[in-house]
Amino acid sequence: MTNIAVTLTVNGVVRRAEVPGRRLLSDCLRHDLGLTGTHVGCEHGVCGCCTVLLDGEPVRSCLTLAATADGHEITTVEGLAGPDGEPSPVQRAFAECHGLQCGFCTPGFLCTVTALLRDNPAPSEEEVLEGLSGNLCRCTGYQNIVRSVRRAAELIAGKGDGGPAGWPSGPVRTSGDTGAEGA
Amino acid sequence: MKPPPFEYHAPRSVAEAMEVLAAAGPEGKVLAGGQSLIPLLNMRLVAPGHLVDVNRLTELDTVEAEPGGVRVGALARHARVERSAGAAAAQPLLRQALRLVAHPVIRNRGTVVGSLVHADPAAELPAVLALLGGSVRLARPGAVRDVPAAGFFTGPLESAAEPGELAVSAFFPALGPRCGTAFHEVARRHGDYALAGVAALVSLDDGLRVTAARAVCVSAGPVPVVVDVTGHVAGTSPAVVSGAAVSGAAGTGTSGAGAFADGWAAAARAVAGRVEPEDDIHASAAYRRHLTCVLAERALREAAASAADDVGTRR
Repeated sequence: MTNIAVTLTVNGVVRRAEVPGRRLLSDCLRHDLGLTGTHVGCEHGVCGCCTVLLDGEPVRSCLTLAATADGHEITTVEGLAGPDGEPSPVQRAFAECHGLQCGFCTPGFLCTVTALLRDNPAPSEEEVLEGLSGNLCRCTGYQNIVRSVRRAAELIAGKGDGGPAGWPSGPVRTSGDTGAEGA
Repeated sequence: MKPPPFEYHAPRSVAEAMEVLAAAGPEGKVLAGGQSLIPLLNMRLVAPGHLVDVNRLTELDTVEAEPGGVRVGALARHARVERSAGAAAAQPLLRQALRLVAHPVIRNRGTVVGSLVHADPAAELPAVLALLGGSVRLARPGAVRDVPAAGFFTGPLESAAEPGELAVSAFFPALGPRCGTAFHEVARRHGDYALAGVAALVSLDDGLRVTAARAVCVSAGPVPVVVDVTGHVAGTSPAVVSGAAVSGAAGTGTSGAGAFADGWAAAARAVAGRVEPEDDIHASAAYRRHLTCVLAERALREAAASAADDVGTRR
């Protein structure tokens, strides 16, 4: 079985790897390219943790071969923040609204929601649930994840300074503040 | 949970793909969207010697209106067909069914033709092809054949596609005049495999009397089960099902709304009587049969209402 040379543009950077044909995109990102932000849960397409953007569309990286993605653009969770490390509106919303607990599923949610709000900046409740339905979270019970999507939509729409939706108005939390959640 | 080793091929043309597949014979397997095949590989349930990746064959990424229907190329993803206004206008059942296929992220990658060839009896698209009487086009070097749905699904995860053949497209017949469709499912969670599901196709005459009614069930046996229930409802009129029909149907037909309602219930029982569900961890066979009966009546009524609306707009 000969190895295959693949060239991927990952988060704007051209990366090359020599992989066996059977290499999953998820493993290529994590092991060959060292981008461990993409998490691997079920490896059969159920949990959604490994979701990345392939040419802008969210896909399961565990159900895609690295060789198939040759020549295409990938965005992983590492590529969502701005160039200076500023969290994206979706990342900021998840931090503000406690849209994560253990964080294992979060990269998949962030990639899925980033594409969801890009395509539909003002989704209905039903559209949010449909959009999230392919991602499993074992911690949060989803309430705060749904709230995070709403908040992210607000932030993207430029209505960002009133505090998270449904929360008392006040200074917007940044990700650095969430450690004091129990205080 | 990693695929077993295989020789990977990435042909650049349909002709090259057919050559590679022909050379690989029974050891060859086609990879399109991979949303069913890669889980099977990861779980080591299949171990092909040669994997022929057709994702570079952009000539197969097509959704085209043809006389009498819609032809979907082998690389057209579910999401593309779902969004296609032309496909929805020609055959609304396609979009109705695709919205029930897994999750949006899976639909971004999975292909319609791949789902047909995978031939999962729990899947929506094989049921749609069977209900509509569509066909799948299979090609090998020097030979192309169209296999009608009735002969295409040969068993669970088995189709008439032979080793060395490439499914290049599928044809879904258009919705006729005065016809309507509907697809209803029950699943534990949205996007899961359905515990039961029924799609229906009903056609009426100008007097709003039923001329044909058929249903197809998923998760109900080794292959999609198509049941013709015309005999239970032929000649009756769905006078109660839509405002457009009520005004249009006044005085037509001899059957009252009551007889009509009884007809749909009997038709649904007939559908449920034809399915062969199995007990499993998710539901008992009896519960699946019950669901099939409920969903069949719901789908048949909705399809009839949709057909009546179409008659209303033609007046």
